[in-house]
Amino acid sequence: MASINELRERIHSGSSEEIVAEYLEKIESSRLNAFITIARESALSRAREIDSNGHDGALAGIPVAIKDNISTAGLLTTCASKILAGYIPPYDAHVIERLKDAGAVIIGKTNMDEFAMGTSTETSFYGATRNPWDLERVPGGSSGGSAAAVAGGEAPLSLGSDTGGSVRCPASFCGVVGLKPTYGVISRYGLISYANSLEQIGPFAANVRDVTALFDVIAGYDARDSTSVKKDVNYSSALKNDVRGLKIGVPGEYFGEGTDETVEKAVWDAIHTLEDLGASWKEVAMPHTKYALAAYYIIAMSEASSNLARFDGMRYGLRTEDSDWHTTFSQVRAAGFGDEVKRRILLGTYALSAGYHDKYYLKALKVRTLIKQDFERAFKDVDVLITPTMPYPAFRLGEKIGDPLSLYLADVDTVPINLAGVPSVSVPCGFSERLPIGMQIIGKHFDEATILRTAYTFEENTDFHTRQPEGF
Amino acid sequence: MFDEPNKNNPPFSKGSSKYENPDSVMIGLEVHVQLNKLKTKVFCGCTTDYHNDPPNSHVCPVCLGLPGALPVINKRAVEAAIKVGLALNCKIEEHTQFYRKNYYYPDLPKGFQITQYDFPISSGGYITIEGEDGEHRVGITRAHMEEDPGRLVHEGTIDKSKYTLIDYNRSGMALLEVVSEPDLRSPKEARRYLDKLRNILEYLDVFDGNLEGALRVDANISIMGGQRAEIKNISSHKGAERALLYEIVRQKNVLRRGGIVVLETRHFDEAREITMSMRSKEEAHDYRYFPEPDLVPLKISGWAPAIKETLPELPDARRMRFVEQYGITDDHAKALTSELKLAIFYEDVAKKADPKTAAVWICDVLKGELNYRVLTIDSFRKEHMLSVIGLLASKKITEDGAVDIIRTLLDKGGSPDEIVAEKGLLKVEGDIVSTAVDEAIKENPQAVADYRAGKEKALNSLVGAVMKKTKGRADARAAREVLMGKLG
Amino acid sequence: MIAKKDLEHMAWLSRLELSDNDKEKYTPKLNSVLDYFGELDRVDTEGVEPTYHVLALSNVFREDEVNMPGKSLTQDEALSNAPKKQDGFFKAPRMM
Repeated sequence: MASINELRERIHSGSSEEIVAEYLEKIESSRLNAFITIARESALSRAREIDSNGHDGALAGIPVAIKDNISTAGLLTTCASKILAGYIPPYDAHVIERLKDAGAVIIGKTNMDEFAMGTSTETSFYGATRNPWDLERVPGGSSGGSAAAVAGGEAPLSLGSDTGGSVRCPASFCGVVGLKPTYGVISRYGLISYANSLEQIGPFAANVRDVTALFDVIAGYDARDSTSVKKDVNYSSALKNDVRGLKIGVPGEYFGEGTDETVEKAVWDAIHTLEDLGASWKEVAMPHTKYALAAYYIIAMSEASSNLARFDGMRYGLRTEDSDWHTTFSQVRAAGFGDEVKRRILLGTYALSAGYHDKYYLKALKVRTLIKQDFERAFKDVDVLITPTMPYPAFRLGEKIGDPLSLYLADVDTVPINLAGVPSVSVPCGFSERLPIGMQIIGKHFDEATILRTAYTFEENTDFHTRQPEGF
Repeated sequence: MFDEPNKNNPPFSKGSSKYENPDSVMIGLEVHVQLNKLKTKVFCGCTTDYHNDPPNSHVCPVCLGLPGALPVINKRAVEAAIKVGLALNCKIEEHTQFYRKNYYYPDLPKGFQITQYDFPISSGGYITIEGEDGEHRVGITRAHMEEDPGRLVHEGTIDKSKYTLIDYNRSGMALLEVVSEPDLRSPKEARRYLDKLRNILEYLDVFDGNLEGALRVDANISIMGGQRAEIKNISSHKGAERALLYEIVRQKNVLRRGGIVVLETRHFDEAREITMSMRSKEEAHDYRYFPEPDLVPLKISGWAPAIKETLPELPDARRMRFVEQYGITDDHAKALTSELKLAIFYEDVAKKADPKTAAVWICDVLKGELNYRVLTIDSFRKEHMLSVIGLLASKKITEDGAVDIIRTLLDKGGSPDEIVAEKGLLKVEGDIVSTAVDEAIKENPQAVADYRAGKEKALNSLVGAVMKKTKGRADARAAREVLMGKLG
Repeated sequence: MIAKKDLEHMAWLSRLELSDNDKEKYTPKLNSVLDYFGELDRVDTEGVEPTYHVLALSNVFREDEVNMPGKSLTQDEALSNAPKKQDGFFKAPRMM
């Protein structure tokens, strides 16, 4: 897989158009179903424009794939839902403006779980995405298309979104690097909300340096997002092959029942590797971890039930035959949303409804406080926390989709991070047979620099990230 | 699910018990005030100046509710809300935040309205109104911020229309919802409350009441301690009074027939001046309020002292000052301050003319002539008022002449001097009056005889005769004196 | 546990028309998730404040300037995705 540096050299000696065309061909002949929309015409014309006019942006001429819940002006944006059939946003998300300013070429919109609600990219109206390491397995979700595209060599860089693990899970399953930044570091303007108080856009790449380069482009304050934070950091400059003196915390709760032995071993091996490189580790207690999943799902579904109320078929998207307004509204949504989205809307409505608000919604927010405090306590003693990203490697297509609860349980190691709003990166740290395993490195609020340095050092001293799936 | 919003009211007097309220009418109003003097909407940069433009021409991803768009609070809207809160004697909360109110209507592009619930920006105030039996306070429960929905257009009436057209230009306009306690005891008091509220808002310069949709009212009314009905869709002060009058009759009829008034929402049909039940399946509301995750809390009570410093003089204070400073009657001061423009008009005139004369002529004459013509003070120029008063003061015209000038100015325009010249309104004096008196004495021997016999009243008919001869241009008092002199 | 009539009420509140088949299919799945959510009852949250916002931000504003921070759309752009429109308006079904 080509790195940004390699691509830059090829653009310099050849052209962006040539590179973009290569990627487009690969996407068009792919069996992964990683893309919902391929932006062939606009990508090639943008590449030609950069070739002829030149561009000094950090990503000049480099293709980037975008998760289909991020608004792209003039380019179909569906959230993998039938209800947004034909929706072409009249505006760009903040991250898209940033990418365009940096000279990036948007090559397409990637597949995902419908409205980012899932862990397997199987709930897409456009069909499931497949894992390049094993086509019978899921790529993880919900940003499965973005991760599979990078793993399968269909894009050097991509963007996903992470509400409860939706960047890190597919990064882990597909053997690529994925970052969930601190809440507020990347503007959510233009990201179609699933659960506003939890989610962040996050970058994918085949290695830490490229993820960081992409992160540098898209991070930063935006006056259109009230939760956006003013921080002026160059993360790439923090990448050093050095973890001496780094204090690692290992929370036993993340290695609990249901964690695959191969995963547990790979993550411990990685911790020992970092120890050999000069870091130290200790166990830390995060006693409320076991309640994170329920709290997460209640909050996410509650917010989602309200966020998705705007899809009524009046201003954009699917419209069924008109009856009276309220009936039409209900029918549009019945026809437009898939089962999982409907279930989450129903449960979220229930959790906020009269008589249940305190029992579910308010209770979950209080538990969120306790989880946040677990992190604050742990970070008094350590610089980073290391855990498995996912309790197991990629599962089979269809294996869990019939049982929503078992699918929710897969997010057990990723959701606490979103509840606390801290940053976390998933990097490849081993294999279970042919399937990649991801290690999750979690940091303090706004301390992306340390987790990226840790990940970078690990990567520089191991070769898991260099392996590629056969045939890709 | 939640406790009812905090209702901490200051004590307020209910006036004396002279006012009889046999039906125990209790009215509370929820007034939606558009902060339309802001340049932009409450959560986005779209202009508030849309009233004469095509539909959906002043919208953006935020106020159109496009997927992915996020709200950001307009700082001046918050300042304006604080200003109003202070003027309504409310407490400005230490911590305030926005909530989502989840319900569905095609004018609501996100499927929820961003509003306030717990922790409204201001609460616990009052305003003083002229009640049925004197002044009394009406409690203000809260005044909270929210966004305006769009505008719906139906073909014909809402229940007959085959489709619904939506214009989102209004969507996202900053609203302040001012909620009163049920302290109003009659439709007339409700109307006075609205007049007073509007007056205060105009003084604060946050609101132009003449723009379409600037002020909308929902009214809660109960009688005889029964359940209340909520009446929606009232768009004028007169409408509020009519809707409430109708509703009292309706509720009384229900009770007379042995029925009970049920808690419900009713729609006011402005054209037919009746209220209609809106009970239907959609009435089963459960708003599922929760804090808006896309907006962060406000801690702005610290702004209140500085904003308080900038508050303009409000109607009640100005009224008191007018009495003191200009020596005019309280009734005149009240009338003059009931409308900001009128108060400014008066004060500008009073600076250059006798303040008492100005008050009399503006309140007792000009205001009546304007009302009769359904005009506002904007239709009359200060300079014209000053010339009329000047002409009177220099005794060049009579009071009748002055009224004539004012009427002519309103009906035909022109200037006072032109009208005086055209109509020959200059007061007649000296020889002309003396001649007219002589003629009157000569032509009315009987009256003269009566007067000399001690019938004082006979003098009136002689004065009348003089006035007739001078076509009203003589000063009646002067004519009387001349008459008395000549009759010895 | 939610019964069929609770589900119907939620479906109405959510404006989601459900078929009888949907209702049958969803009920056990929703109940197993709600059962799981019930785990939270075991957490002692006495005196714990809810976390609505993970960062302690407050007082974030925009200035009252036209087209700041985001720009308005043209009428054509605004209506560009409308399934039905008429004379510059979005066209929705009848209300009643």
